[in-house]
Amino acid sequence: MSFDVSRIRAEFPILAREVRGVPLVYLDNAASSQKPRAVIDAVSHYYEHSNANIHRAVHALSEEATGLYEGARTKVADLLGAASAQEVVFVRGTTEAINLVAQAFVRPRIAEGDEILVSHLEHHSNIVPWQMLCEQTGAVLRVAPIDDRGEIPLEGYAKLLGPRTRLVALGHVSNALGTIVPVQEMVRLAHDHGAPVLLDGAQAVPHLRVDVQDLDCDFYAFSGHKVYGPTGIGALWGRAELLDEMEPYQGGGEMILSVSFDKTVYNKVPYKFEAGTPNIAGAVGLGAAADWLRAHDFGALMRHEDDLLDYATQRAAEVPGLRVIGTARRKTGVLSFVLGDIHAHDVGTIVDREGVAVRTGHHCAQPVMDHFGVPATTRASFAAYNTRQDVDQLIAALHKVLEIFGE
Amino acid sequence: MSDLSDLYQEVILDHSRKPRNKGALENASGRAEGSNPLCGDELTLWVAVEDGVVREARFEGHGCAISTASASMMTEAVRGMTIAEARALFERFHSSLLSGPGSEIDVSDLGKLASLTGVREYPMRVKCASLAWHTLNAALDGGGETVTTE
Repeated sequence: MSFDVSRIRAEFPILAREVRGVPLVYLDNAASSQKPRAVIDAVSHYYEHSNANIHRAVHALSEEATGLYEGARTKVADLLGAASAQEVVFVRGTTEAINLVAQAFVRPRIAEGDEILVSHLEHHSNIVPWQMLCEQTGAVLRVAPIDDRGEIPLEGYAKLLGPRTRLVALGHVSNALGTIVPVQEMVRLAHDHGAPVLLDGAQAVPHLRVDVQDLDCDFYAFSGHKVYGPTGIGALWGRAELLDEMEPYQGGGEMILSVSFDKTVYNKVPYKFEAGTPNIAGAVGLGAAADWLRAHDFGALMRHEDDLLDYATQRAAEVPGLRVIGTARRKTGVLSFVLGDIHAHDVGTIVDREGVAVRTGHHCAQPVMDHFGVPATTRASFAAYNTRQDVDQLIAALHKVLEIFGE
Repeated sequence: MSDLSDLYQEVILDHSRKPRNKGALENASGRAEGSNPLCGDELTLWVAVEDGVVREARFEGHGCAISTASASMMTEAVRGMTIAEARALFERFHSSLLSGPGSEIDVSDLGKLASLTGVREYPMRVKCASLAWHTLNAALDGGGETVTTE
């Protein structure tokens, strides 16, 4: 299967629209990707044909909806290389998955003075839940340093592992810089110290082949909307034996087997963690996105995105005053940069008028910005449907910024 | 469709490159901090008020061209105004920023500040222009808590 970007583009209806009178160039994929027709249709079809609550009634629609929801769980399990669909918990997204692990897994197992280890690269959603947990329990948050390429040197990380490390929580790929973190090696080091590892895969699943068994991690979280699926749905994969021994996260319907005022018996995993009526349509859409990803030649998709990054990095070097932030040796398609003294929001506004959508700001990773001594960057991030022409338009728009600012 | 040159007028670029009244004010009677969490802009504003009149206003901080130019022009505009006049100017300026894309507004009484009202075409950027003014309001109240645009 070769990679034909025009055929891919044709699957994404939104790419046909114009923005501010010019064709859309969408380079904000690390924030949220666009959706292929297959995902949009799966969600509509669910509402038009099968909508009902799941796991409850004996009627036909409920049976269909349950089949679709559980089918989606299997598709997500396959996407992640999980041993069993029962290890996949549907959540709202990566953020909820991390909070779930913090409160249902770590909190009952942590004491004052124990440690949680993260890195300096993390997204706020892999920092704040741990800070909250530390406040609740007196545990200590340790932070593995990064270097000026935006990589996490293994020595610095390894030094922070110790007998009190109760969990290591690492982003698989940095959202702000695109750094691909050597998580397999880091998991091995953590396990040498008996510390379980949660990986935040929000930026990895859309761009890398993820196999949780190869990675040998203990938890893996990702969001649907960054992998061509709907918003409001994501998944937490966890090792069956860990999920089994965990406390529930929220109480409510679905997560119980029986309720009386004397004693409530919790449901088995993964239902124990899915209180209340879940986002059924979202799960169906996420299942369709997993199918969509698996139907394409992932190796070719990765090569395509690598080519875009190489091309963009090379063209960016031609722009006077442009400094790339994050030059890790292994990166996904993320080009984060500053342009002279021009503030990222001015850059963002001007390139938007040229039809180019980029993200500007701190990317919910303020510690990363602080490390590089910048308040904000402009970030272009690529997906399967982007082209070298998109990069050319970005570069032309950056020249427009320089022209307006007279630099 | 508004043109980018309406937003980034020469006078705005000039004030953002060479901000007036930048740097701390000794013997200020009021001081306030402002921040726009959305974009990370941070600003400290000092005012010296005597007999109900703003003798001087100065600022320090970092932000985009719009927020820097707005702070710079504001510190020029309010000098010599009574507190009531400065607050009235804030209301007048703020309402023109919030008038919405495509709105026809009379800015003839705003002087140089009129150049900033092109921001009304860019709803995501209105807070860039208003941050300094909210901070001024707080400084005139005597300061205290950090003002945020959120």
